[in-house]
Amino acid sequence: MIPELGHYALVLALALGLIQSIVPVVGSLRNDGALMRLADSTALMQLFFVALSFTALTICYVTSDFSVATVFENSHSMMPLIYKITSVWGNHEGSMLLWVLILALFGGMVAAFGNNLPATLKANVLAVQSWIACAFYLFILLTSNPFLRLPQAPFEGRDLNPILQDPGLAIHPPLLYLGYVGFSIAFSFAIAALIDGKIDAAWARWVRPWTLAAWMCLTVGIAMGSYWAYYTLGWGGFWFWDPVENASLMPWLAGTALLHSAVVMEKRNALKIWTILLAILTFSLSLIGTFLVRSGVLTSVHAFANDPRRGVFILAILVLFIGGGLTLFAWRAPMLKQGGLFAPISREGALVFNNLFLTTACLTVLVGTLYPLGLEALTGEKISVGGPFFNLTFGPLMVALMFAIPFGPLLAWKRGDLPGVAQRLMVAFAVGLLGIAGVFMMEGAHSVLAPFGVGLALYVMAGAVVDLAERTGLFRAPFQTVRMRATGLPRSAWGTAVAHFGIALTMLGIICADTWGTERIVALKPSQTIALSGYDLSFDGLVQRPGPNYTAQVAKFTVRRGPTVIGLMEPSKRTFTARTMTTNEAALMMRGPSQLYLSLGDANADGSITVRLYFKPLVLLIWIGAVVMMLGGALSLSDRRLRIGAPKPAAKPALQAAE
Amino acid sequence: MRGEDRGVLKVIQAFLVALALVAPSVAFAVQPDEMLKDPVLEGRARALSRELRCMVCQNQSIDDSEAPLARDLRILVRQRLEAGDSDRQVLDFLVARYGDFVLLKPPFNRDTLLLWGLTPLALIAGAIGLFVMARRRKTAVLETAALTPDEQHRLSTLVGPPPSER
Repeated sequence: MIPELGHYALVLALALGLIQSIVPVVGSLRNDGALMRLADSTALMQLFFVALSFTALTICYVTSDFSVATVFENSHSMMPLIYKITSVWGNHEGSMLLWVLILALFGGMVAAFGNNLPATLKANVLAVQSWIACAFYLFILLTSNPFLRLPQAPFEGRDLNPILQDPGLAIHPPLLYLGYVGFSIAFSFAIAALIDGKIDAAWARWVRPWTLAAWMCLTVGIAMGSYWAYYTLGWGGFWFWDPVENASLMPWLAGTALLHSAVVMEKRNALKIWTILLAILTFSLSLIGTFLVRSGVLTSVHAFANDPRRGVFILAILVLFIGGGLTLFAWRAPMLKQGGLFAPISREGALVFNNLFLTTACLTVLVGTLYPLGLEALTGEKISVGGPFFNLTFGPLMVALMFAIPFGPLLAWKRGDLPGVAQRLMVAFAVGLLGIAGVFMMEGAHSVLAPFGVGLALYVMAGAVVDLAERTGLFRAPFQTVRMRATGLPRSAWGTAVAHFGIALTMLGIICADTWGTERIVALKPSQTIALSGYDLSFDGLVQRPGPNYTAQVAKFTVRRGPTVIGLMEPSKRTFTARTMTTNEAALMMRGPSQLYLSLGDANADGSITVRLYFKPLVLLIWIGAVVMMLGGALSLSDRRLRIGAPKPAAKPALQAAE
Repeated sequence: MRGEDRGVLKVIQAFLVALALVAPSVAFAVQPDEMLKDPVLEGRARALSRELRCMVCQNQSIDDSEAPLARDLRILVRQRLEAGDSDRQVLDFLVARYGDFVLLKPPFNRDTLLLWGLTPLALIAGAIGLFVMARRRKTAVLETAALTPDEQHRLSTLVGPPPSER
């Protein structure tokens, strides 16, 4: 009964979506307030029904109702409850339902909280959101229905892939989808504004909170996925330039460019074309990502089990929305009236530079991901594009961008003074150079690029501090003044500095862990000790431990530094009974922002086991940096201007314009 | 390789095959017994392995993958290095056998021109485009800035004579 309820709720959501797709647009064309306000109710009702549908599916999983095909394929009665819940989205059908739930959620939030939007814009935004929703409801109902029943309910399910039975799965996909799908609002705003024919600074102010929220979620979602891969896959790698990872990076790069563009548009009413185009592109990249992951077109460790029919359907959706969006843009963009002028050296100029580099980086990732496919289709030749390619192309772009980051916030709007800014950044340059020198002294000269990378990261961090210091008058004015200015500083200024600091932290973590990480691969017998980067790890033996739906073979290690025992580490291998699969659970020990990492291998014939030991200096900074970026976004989001909304101009006296 | 090493190797290989069938996603690659004694050669072997694709896996290098083919390729790389090949020669050896598909860094040839060229091209084209647009905007503003004589006259009647002449 419950699966049928869920199924029916989804069909009702589709019906509501169809209404919401047409009626508000008619209302906005006729300026009919009642028709436009209908969108609010339908959006909230859509959210209600999709949430109902999702709840129904969750209940099926939690009660282990194996008559439902997807539950049978992806669940097991002995799984812990948390994994029963997370396996709702651990497969294609369920994750699509999560996708449309978040789409409906954002639509509902615009309906509920978008009261300061002009009626026509709101109606059009909700209508466009509904077009997307309907396309995906149809996709789910026609090709990926999670509620299909099996004629005879099997006794036991096939269990969730053991690799996915992990807390990371609870967090990573929902956050990622909040990000991807959150950018649909920016898309809807862009399309609605193009249809409306009106785009101004106020539009940018309305778009910014939604874009920020989506960006924050995507940043943490990608970071979570990276951390999950790091501790689950057993090699200590955290980014593999896998097509699915690239599919999430591309909307992030475009979304970052969009955020920065929207700032310019809000402040100076400039860069309209960039902003609209980026809003369309970011969501288009999300859609492309969805296609890449689910159509079976690319081989990846991540890809869902696929069906060409689904691929064709998503491709049709892609062509419709991306093609339609870009066509509308091409048609209506010339109408956009030119906004504020600016000199090339100015904050706007710096943000244009930022846009250029981020979009080129995004294009690089896109080409690298799709090229093997295209080449094979055209010439039949197979090539691989992996990490080494991206390090050579993507890397330099990011380095150039990082160098420019401290300049941006210090340049004035409209016309900036580059030598003056450079002078103010002297401290930051000095910090960077000290960093380079320090690294050379500590680690010697065998790695040339890494010290420069460290110097660059430190320079960006110092630049963020200089930014705040300049704004508050730190070191120049008396402390009382500084304090007053600091409390009066708009939160978005804090957000900028914090977020820029965050990306530098991430870069520092990546460089240090990759360059100065140490690795030992050895076969150990019980009571043998091995030394690694100043730590002594003694192997104490293997034990068996049962778990809820697996048995674990656990290796016990005692970690010492000199004579003192620091702790125990227990890497293990879990054998799951249902799918007869084994997963590797690495043991991690935090040493400040660095980590000791142990991964268990196979038992050898002579009674020893193979172990991979790593010491990764400053590796946690990679993900701490992402969290700091998110905090920067959160600070920006809580800015007063965004909560209060755009000021309404005072009513002008009745000057009749000669229209 | 000596006899008993080969025997141990076979046992481990068999175990790995079984494990690979059972646990396709558990990655645990380089085994201690594969590693070369000479650390410099071993370092080169690891670096080269990171650039070579495991062709039966889904987007992994042979350094990361635990598939039997990956192991065979790792051993092959080490054998070539011990025979005195340079890095370039080892890679060419593998490409001769398996095609360009085995390289994770795509070769630079006529087919991949667009792949390698697009980034610098896009950057330069974008920069030029922005420059051109900025110039066009500046000239457009300059052109519209001047007032017509009629407007000039209207302006002077509205505003009155300048203060120095009053």
